[in-house]
Amino acid sequence: MTVDYVLKRLGMFVLIIFVAGTLNFAIPRLRPTNPVEERMNQLLQQAGGVHIANVEQMIERYEERFGLKNPLWLQYVNYWIALSRLDFGQSIAYFPADVTKEVRRAMPWTLGLVGVTTVMAAVIGSFFGAWLGWTRTPLAISFVVPLLLIVTAVPFYLLGLLMLWAFTVFWPILPGGGAHDPLLAPTFDLRTIIDIVEHAILPAGAIILSSIGFWGLGMRGMMVTTMGDDFIKLAEFKGLKERRIFVRYAVRNALLPQVTGLAINLGFVVSGSVLVEVLFAYPGIGNLLYTAITSNDYFLIQGVLMYVIFAVGLMLFIVDMIYPLIDPRIRYRSA
Amino acid sequence: MANTDTTNMSPQIAGTYDETIFEEESLGARISGTINRNKLLVSGLALMLSVVLFAVVGSAVIDPERAEVGFAKAEKEVADGSIQLRDAPRLRPSGEYWLGSDQFGRDVFAYVAFGTLGTLWMGFIAGVIGIGIGTLLGFLGGYFGGWLDAVVVVLSDALITIPGLMLLITISAYLDQLTVEQLGILIGVISWMGTTRVVRAQVLTLKNRVYVEVSKFNGQGDLEIVFTELIPNLAPFIAAAFVGAVAGAILLSIGLSALGLGPQNEPSLGLMAFWFIRFGAVPQGMWWWFGPPILVIAIFVVGLFMVTAGLDQIANPRLRTSV
Repeated sequence: MTVDYVLKRLGMFVLIIFVAGTLNFAIPRLRPTNPVEERMNQLLQQAGGVHIANVEQMIERYEERFGLKNPLWLQYVNYWIALSRLDFGQSIAYFPADVTKEVRRAMPWTLGLVGVTTVMAAVIGSFFGAWLGWTRTPLAISFVVPLLLIVTAVPFYLLGLLMLWAFTVFWPILPGGGAHDPLLAPTFDLRTIIDIVEHAILPAGAIILSSIGFWGLGMRGMMVTTMGDDFIKLAEFKGLKERRIFVRYAVRNALLPQVTGLAINLGFVVSGSVLVEVLFAYPGIGNLLYTAITSNDYFLIQGVLMYVIFAVGLMLFIVDMIYPLIDPRIRYRSA
Repeated sequence: MANTDTTNMSPQIAGTYDETIFEEESLGARISGTINRNKLLVSGLALMLSVVLFAVVGSAVIDPERAEVGFAKAEKEVADGSIQLRDAPRLRPSGEYWLGSDQFGRDVFAYVAFGTLGTLWMGFIAGVIGIGIGTLLGFLGGYFGGWLDAVVVVLSDALITIPGLMLLITISAYLDQLTVEQLGILIGVISWMGTTRVVRAQVLTLKNRVYVEVSKFNGQGDLEIVFTELIPNLAPFIAAAFVGAVAGAILLSIGLSALGLGPQNEPSLGLMAFWFIRFGAVPQGMWWWFGPPILVIAIFVVGLFMVTAGLDQIANPRLRTSV
């Protein structure tokens, strides 16, 4: 792995943040009228949930922060200066709560749910796919593959909905929403952990079930291609044990593209988790974004989006860094 | 008169020719041969077409009023003991209402037909626009190279990492009520990157082929080469990308609409998902309300997977033996 390669990938990461940040800056300004100002005026008229003094204070802060009287380029520069300090302003709906604080409170739930399920689905799916690519039993192929196809075909949130119906209405054994029992004190004892896991089973199950097919089918395709390669034939002619060929020769090489799959799948899972979280009232990033949108909380929307893109970009960068280390065939040289 | 003579004669000639040599080989056997060789592709296409057919025929035949709020009526006993025709939401499936009625008294079967049509139409628009932008940029980058190529690569690499649904949610937060067509255009505009990558990679390999060189020596312009030499060779890839783009757009739109951020005034499967999530179809156990749209989506996407797998088998013969 050369310095050149690392710099290139790092540049890509910076670029992703730059493009996303610029979009984030540009999208609200594409409207002829200022959506935030509209929203403030609306709040002023209602003066219901938020006191008038608060709204006036918000407008003041808002003017001061964004300096909308300034020329566009200056606004853009100020925007990046604020972003570099991870300052996304204050939430409109939860004023004067910091957007960053809100995001940080929701982040662990999503990281736990999406992180754990993605790793589990990748591991289970890959080994399942490896077995499907290796085995010569037509029964397994003609039954399991179509089943995987069907489960994968239903989007996360709809699969989640079906599971919700199956396990809370049809056969009520699991809790139907939230991340933990609201009556339970947030201490770290066995009972709390069991409670949290119990609440996570349905949303996690929906994500795992619908992404196992993605991993399994991808892995199976790679296994079939790898099994036709010359080095497998050589290993067979050498008289190596089948088990050794399977693990060391076939699976190891077929597994490599799956790592890239992890990077591609991540953004997809993060998106899908928005809906899963809303459906199961799970207090993560997706639910926060949903609340932000339904209450037109523009600063919160921007903050959530930037955090998510930052996280996905960072994951991609890490995968890019790991890939050359595990693939013996790739040696990056400066061309 | 001379014209009619020749037209009368030609089928006779063709007929004798077919009967003597090719009759068994040419039509029936060739079609069944193709089907046998590409079972996956053909059955996948059949699944997808069945959904399209259901939507088109269904919405042409069914009275649109059935999908309106408060359509479902049933005879009920009123307070004074007489039997009257009253609004009947939450009806179970029956002879008159094949898939029952929803919370608002819409006929679920009728609504699924109209909703599927709306969703497919939206996906079609998004697919056309996504493929259009994607192919154009892929060609520009791949064929002309240089800084143009660098811009295309960097832009598509950066945009492809931004979760599409997140971006779509953010954009829609700033827009007023969308129509189905506008949503299609919007999704097309933000999901061209996959096509660009495929087209660009293909153009890079194609543009140095001998027949392209020959056309250049013959004095054909760039535009002429693109249309006469490159596009015909790329057609299968563009077609595959189109199918993928339509399905991707449909799933994105359903995700967006299920959150209540999509078009609200025209029937679509996503809007239906929004209602059955919001109005508790699950706790009420109304499987006839949330089941059918999920089934339609599943059939369509399974069909899509099979088509993609079938195309893979044609491109990669190693996969063929083991399915």
